[in-house]
Amino acid sequence: MPFIPHTEEEVRHMLDTIGANSIDDLFDEIPADLRSFSLDGIPEGLPEMEVAHLMHERARKDSNVHCFIGAGAYDHHIPAAVWEIATRGEFYSAYTPYQAEASQGTLQLLYEYQSMMSALMGMDVSNASLYDGASALGEAILMAIRAHRKSKSKKILVPKSLHPAYRQAANAIVKNQDIELIEIPFENATGKTSLDALSEYAGADITALVIGQPNFFGVLEDVDALTRWAEENNAMTIAVVNPLAMSILKPPGQWGENGVDIACGEGQPLGIPLSSGGPYFGFMCATQKIVRQMPGRIIGRTVDLDGKPGFSLTLQAREQHIRRSKATSNICTNQGLMVTAATIHMSMMGAEGLARAAAGSHDKHRKLVSGLSAIKGVGVKFDSPVFNETVISLPVENATVLEALAADNVLAGFDLKKDYPELGNALLVCSTEKQGDASIDLFVEKLGTLLAS
Amino acid sequence: MLIFEQSSKGRRAHAQSPAAMASLDDLPADMLRKAPPLMPEVSEMQAVRHYTRLSQKNFSIDTHFYPLGSCTMKYNPRACNSLSMLPGLVDRHPYAPDSHSQGFLSCMHDLQEILKEVTGMKAVSLSPMAGAQGEFAGVAMIKAYHDARNDTARNEIIVPDAAHGTNPASAVMCGYKIKEIPTRDDGDIDVNALKQVLGPQTAGIMLTNPSTVGVFERRIQEIAALVHDAGGLLYYDGANLNAILGKVRPGDMGFDVIHMNLHKTFSTPHGGGGPGAGPVGVSERLEPFLPIPMVDYDGTQYRFVTADDRPQSIGRLSAFAGNAGILLRAYIYARLLGREGMTRVAEYSTLNANYMLKKMKAAGFEAAYPERRATHEFIITLRKEARDLGVNAMDFAKRLLDYGVHAPTTYFPLLVPECFLIEPTETESIDSLDNFIEAMIQIREEARNEADRVKGAPYTLPVRRLDDVKAARELDIAWKPTE
Amino acid sequence: MHVRVKPVINSEFPQYQNQNRERDMSYIPSDLLFTSSHEWVRDEGDDTVTIGITDHAQELLGDLVFIELPEVGDTIETGGEAGVVESVKAASDIFSPLSGEVIEINEDLVDSPELVNEQAYDNGWIYKIKLAEPSEMENLLKPEAYSEVVEADEH
Repeated sequence: MPFIPHTEEEVRHMLDTIGANSIDDLFDEIPADLRSFSLDGIPEGLPEMEVAHLMHERARKDSNVHCFIGAGAYDHHIPAAVWEIATRGEFYSAYTPYQAEASQGTLQLLYEYQSMMSALMGMDVSNASLYDGASALGEAILMAIRAHRKSKSKKILVPKSLHPAYRQAANAIVKNQDIELIEIPFENATGKTSLDALSEYAGADITALVIGQPNFFGVLEDVDALTRWAEENNAMTIAVVNPLAMSILKPPGQWGENGVDIACGEGQPLGIPLSSGGPYFGFMCATQKIVRQMPGRIIGRTVDLDGKPGFSLTLQAREQHIRRSKATSNICTNQGLMVTAATIHMSMMGAEGLARAAAGSHDKHRKLVSGLSAIKGVGVKFDSPVFNETVISLPVENATVLEALAADNVLAGFDLKKDYPELGNALLVCSTEKQGDASIDLFVEKLGTLLAS
Repeated sequence: MLIFEQSSKGRRAHAQSPAAMASLDDLPADMLRKAPPLMPEVSEMQAVRHYTRLSQKNFSIDTHFYPLGSCTMKYNPRACNSLSMLPGLVDRHPYAPDSHSQGFLSCMHDLQEILKEVTGMKAVSLSPMAGAQGEFAGVAMIKAYHDARNDTARNEIIVPDAAHGTNPASAVMCGYKIKEIPTRDDGDIDVNALKQVLGPQTAGIMLTNPSTVGVFERRIQEIAALVHDAGGLLYYDGANLNAILGKVRPGDMGFDVIHMNLHKTFSTPHGGGGPGAGPVGVSERLEPFLPIPMVDYDGTQYRFVTADDRPQSIGRLSAFAGNAGILLRAYIYARLLGREGMTRVAEYSTLNANYMLKKMKAAGFEAAYPERRATHEFIITLRKEARDLGVNAMDFAKRLLDYGVHAPTTYFPLLVPECFLIEPTETESIDSLDNFIEAMIQIREEARNEADRVKGAPYTLPVRRLDDVKAARELDIAWKPTE
Repeated sequence: MHVRVKPVINSEFPQYQNQNRERDMSYIPSDLLFTSSHEWVRDEGDDTVTIGITDHAQELLGDLVFIELPEVGDTIETGGEAGVVESVKAASDIFSPLSGEVIEINEDLVDSPELVNEQAYDNGWIYKIKLAEPSEMENLLKPEAYSEVVEADEH
């Protein structure tokens, strides 16, 4: 029996100690009719060797693709040391650091993570992570509503240029709490959030404005103008940003006059592999003023009985295990293992390394776009500066291109038709610093051939 | 020392970034950062050494017995990690088309089927990223069900007073009010109290079985009938599924919706606090409301099910497909165990817990529910020791650390004073269990003769007890340079 | 408030021992009125009152780390939430014993929440209101009645 160490003799000894005849006796409090069923639908157990064989086969099926999809998940270089250390048993199989003295490794690491994240965002404070970027946005909205004492409307302005899955997930989280998410359109020519559309809400009671940077199209928004609009209209600001991009772009703590109130997003670009979309981690930073409204775990530095510095979970009174129904959120776990990897990654890369990776990624993507837009019929959709991703317009149906190129194992981009039919035939294409030039050439060649025919 | 304090200007891991800084001349200058963020400036080896040494300050399953009640700290098989990170799986983009994702999708589909079977439910969605998110999804589905039937007067969720805090928190996030009912001295919930609070305003009840006090809710079928008769639905918190895996199925008990904690029952890594995974399973009437995405199989191809296929779904809870890598680990674990292995999980975790309970009682410790069988966990109350010796559960917990054992769950559930909730799990050998009991006996002896020694513990760890009050009053949660 | 948790006080840290211990726990000022949820009220005359939480409440909570105060100008109903007191292990709502408009709050508590532990009835006062309904004062408990509440609680 896998992972069960007991010998027959030990089992007998234990049953004797208990005073039971068989292990089945230990279940005698459970009504007999609840205990009869078969599990024929579950396959028999396999030795590790055979499971390995099975998994290798399945992994092979999904291998060897040239992937040009971004859309919220990016394939950046991760130093080999990051996951070797993160999967050490002492990190991998440790629990939540409730007994602080026995968890100083994890706690110090999380404190360092909080410090790095706040620095990257240009904000005062950070929590120790949430599940992912989309749910972080949901939590940020709930936090803005709690923290904004003057606003009663519970109205949140959300740009249409924000990741569709984020908007859907935020809606699923907030919809039963009388909160209204109001969509703000983008300008067709630029792909940026329309300041004109925003002006309709000037003077109204708006609790918060959400701003993406870059937005879902890769387009860089006029973040200062948007932040100032919110400041002038007494709305809180929630920034949703790509953390790697923040190593080279102006961070949310420096937007507008006073910086944003809450910055959140998806931490995956910081040392987390694509792995089919998870596990990733959501990050959340805020101003000092509203730190007590921040959901999730927070690690604080303090001293022990001998005056030695140490770390522990703090502000726990806000959390579910104490406040219960009055908690800031129902959240229990954070994404500990992912944050462990991200912290090691950020330390290893440093500010310079992250900036070079971001710039290198942006540069590779420029090469891709330049190659693609040189093909007759292919255009760049938006006349705006972008980071890392671009929307290209096609002269034929998206599906035609995607299927044809997939046959050659080129995954040509994210199909925007479903969420943005108004853009016509358009794909969101991405290329990171990890992409080989040969891959890019292959994509350009295959698309060129397809469209020429 | 913090990583920042080991920095030196200009130092970095040269091998890890592109050889030169690429141009950003296509980006407007006013959008660029003026100054780099304050990050560590260390060499690759400094980073490796720093984080390796930090790891050595942790207790973990790989290094210590960790009998945390309700957390199921069982061995995390290494194969689950390495096989889920194979190329092809670890670098699959979440939006890769179904045609190029048959490997991954088949694993997800198989896992859905296995979880359905072992819990006796009709359909499963793998997408919630943690137990608490699973709970949220479960309650949201209950709401969607009542709303779809225009049964909108139902605004209350019933919760036992011993419930885990996420239960009422999740219900409130869905717009419900909470009605608490008491737990009796024998550990079962008070069915009379339940009858009092049931009515047309009842949307449902959230239960754990075995309950958070570590015993099986014996009248569960009666409770299910009462709640269903009142028009409410039953939610199962799967935190203690390890106690009944393969022996009892929540679907058979009458539950309409369940969540599972894969980071407990299916041994995915606790990782210092996460990630978890909280798939939900439902009975037929809640099937239309399951969160997306899910995976379908038509006999030849696997595919992702979308919002169009499920117009009544409560929606998506994450940007992509939940904690996919964790789901893979759970799948691999399920294949290693197989149907027999799953049944053994409940049998041996229950054997271990009952053995410990018996021996601790024999050693003079007070069980909170002495007349009941332990399930996979049990509660000891140290209120006698606290009263007579002035040494409370927290003191015992801290002293256990010096004995090389991670303390059990303390002060949960709230209704048993000075409690230890002890869950050994099935992967511990009899030696671990005996060592723990021996340590508890010795600590009690110390408490009799030298109480202050216990109250000042731990002594052998990187730090002694920490000033939590200072941590909260003088909030220091991010390093700032001193100059 | 309804304090759920028996807190674990940092008994080993010298600075947290003996705060208020010299005062007998059964000390209940005779010039105040009380609620069964452990708030106290001092009549300032002129239809204004000062409100705080009792010694017994601060004992239950343990060392306070933060007080969320109401805002001056807020209108509060009897039984409505007037703020939150937070310790390391518990956070409890303050339920206003009376209704009215908040006219003053104790700003000292922002930097020194421990004042509530040390001087619950004096410098640990929390907020003052102008009464909307002075007759509500009759619903409050006299000191003897409150001491019975405390006794019942301690068993």
